[in-house]
Amino acid sequence: MLSIAERINGMFKDVREAIKNKDPKAIRELAIKQTEAGASFLDVNVGTATADPAGAMKWLIEVIQDTVKTPIAIDSQKFDVVKAGLSVIKNEVLINSSKGDPEELDKYMTIAKEYNASLICLTMDKCGIPQDVERRMEIAMKIVEKAVEHEYELSKVYIDPVLFPINVDQKQPALMFDIFNQIKMISDPPPHRNVGLSNFSQGTKEKRLLARIFLTMGISYGLDAAVMDVLDKELMDAAITAEIIMNQHVYSDSYLTACRK
Amino acid sequence: MEIPNVADKWSSGVNEIILGATKDKGGTRTKTIAIGGSKCVPFMDFEGNPGHKPVVAMDVSDVPPEDWPETLSKPFADVLNDPAKWAKKCVEQYGADLICLKLEGIHPDKGNKSAEDAVKTVKSVLAAVGVPLIIWGCEHDEKDNEVMPKVSQAAKGENCLMGIVSQNSYKTLTATCLADGHSLITMAPVDINIGKQINILVSEMDFPLNRIVMFQSTGALGYGLEYTYSIQERERLAALTGDKMMSMPVICDVGREAWRAKEAKSGDSEAPQWGSREERGPMWETITAVSLLQSGVDIIRMQHPKAVAAVKKCIDRLY
Repeated sequence: MLSIAERINGMFKDVREAIKNKDPKAIRELAIKQTEAGASFLDVNVGTATADPAGAMKWLIEVIQDTVKTPIAIDSQKFDVVKAGLSVIKNEVLINSSKGDPEELDKYMTIAKEYNASLICLTMDKCGIPQDVERRMEIAMKIVEKAVEHEYELSKVYIDPVLFPINVDQKQPALMFDIFNQIKMISDPPPHRNVGLSNFSQGTKEKRLLARIFLTMGISYGLDAAVMDVLDKELMDAAITAEIIMNQHVYSDSYLTACRK
Repeated sequence: MEIPNVADKWSSGVNEIILGATKDKGGTRTKTIAIGGSKCVPFMDFEGNPGHKPVVAMDVSDVPPEDWPETLSKPFADVLNDPAKWAKKCVEQYGADLICLKLEGIHPDKGNKSAEDAVKTVKSVLAAVGVPLIIWGCEHDEKDNEVMPKVSQAAKGENCLMGIVSQNSYKTLTATCLADGHSLITMAPVDINIGKQINILVSEMDFPLNRIVMFQSTGALGYGLEYTYSIQERERLAALTGDKMMSMPVICDVGREAWRAKEAKSGDSEAPQWGSREERGPMWETITAVSLLQSGVDIIRMQHPKAVAAVKKCIDRLY
């Protein structure tokens, strides 16, 4: 399971304050805590409050890279902010994210290749976010075609079928499982299957329980990456356990200890 | 039509371990042996670096073996009473890459030799040969825990491969090997889950993962070879996909297991239809070894010189 740790995001007050005051302390702490919790990537999102998002992105990345070696996920909808982030990256990196329009994919895959970066591609385009399986798969196919056209490794592509919050459209989560299954068979090797997990349960009373159950069900259908709260230990352990049940790791009595490392 | 490339890509590999220490590294070995390092399934080097060639360790016992058939004891008839000479013969005459000294005689039921006797034997073998040593206890936990720490200390700095530790008894030898700079064999009897568990337990004592060799116990041809094979194959695939607790090189005990088979040891008059025992026994050992090689093995313990020669030739041709 590739866990993309979501906490370094300007939507959170402590991160917003840190960006505003250029105070690295909170950022360093979050980088360390999330790394120790087992994060595969540290997502970095500057939020909406800063007037200079590109500068803030560079500053955050530099602070994190000074603290830990964990790969970074540059999270922005603005291409110039992504580019600014890439310009200071030292290690492995993931771009979060590109939409599924051909011209967007051309732009993002070109730069991803240039920086040897991985890329999350959303199954949405200028027509909006599809509500059904078929249209999402149509965009997923186009993403894979584009990757082949760009000679961009499919193992670096993360397809995100855009999971709706459960309290917005309750029909949506169940559709995801079919999509994960289909994406797994779209190519060999297949692209990764990613979701924004906290988004799914936001605003609910049982936020953590919903996230945990969706994640474990998703893993059983082939979900293998998520932007998530890695500091939720029960969530992380549930993911490991789901993978053990799906025979993705060799079982041992201390499997939690082994997989947490 | 273009033939599609179906090679798999692997993200990880088997740990590399150096056994033995030369003078500049604090030991007295004249050569060291590197094992592991494979980044592909055996013999599929188009998928990745195949790593180091598997090596053959020839068995030497501290007491003359009581159950060896004549075919097997004949090549060693002049040295069975002297482990140092026996080891020398294995290296110089039969091309052993390393020596596995089995301290059979310390077992309470097989001579109950003392720690001092064992230390003396180990020192004499270390002095007789320059290759790295595997030192294998008698597999009686209590006696091993009494003798092996002393043996370990006597061989301090030589970077031997010491064994074996199991889920039920691992603390003493692990701590000793850690202190004396040896590598360690973790054992689980044909059980991959326990195999992983013992690696985790040992690593929780801060024993470095890159000094562990795994032993799943070995089934000979006709006597459970396929169980050993499938576990070792799964271990290798786990290593290649990044399971750090399953990324250790693997050792097999082919010699002892093959020669326990009646097909290997029966005399010519007992089974005339099976062909000459002089050919049959070594062949049984050879086939067991080359079959297991394909599952992913790094060290093969062997006994008969003819089988050793055949297996080494096979390894050289395939790598």
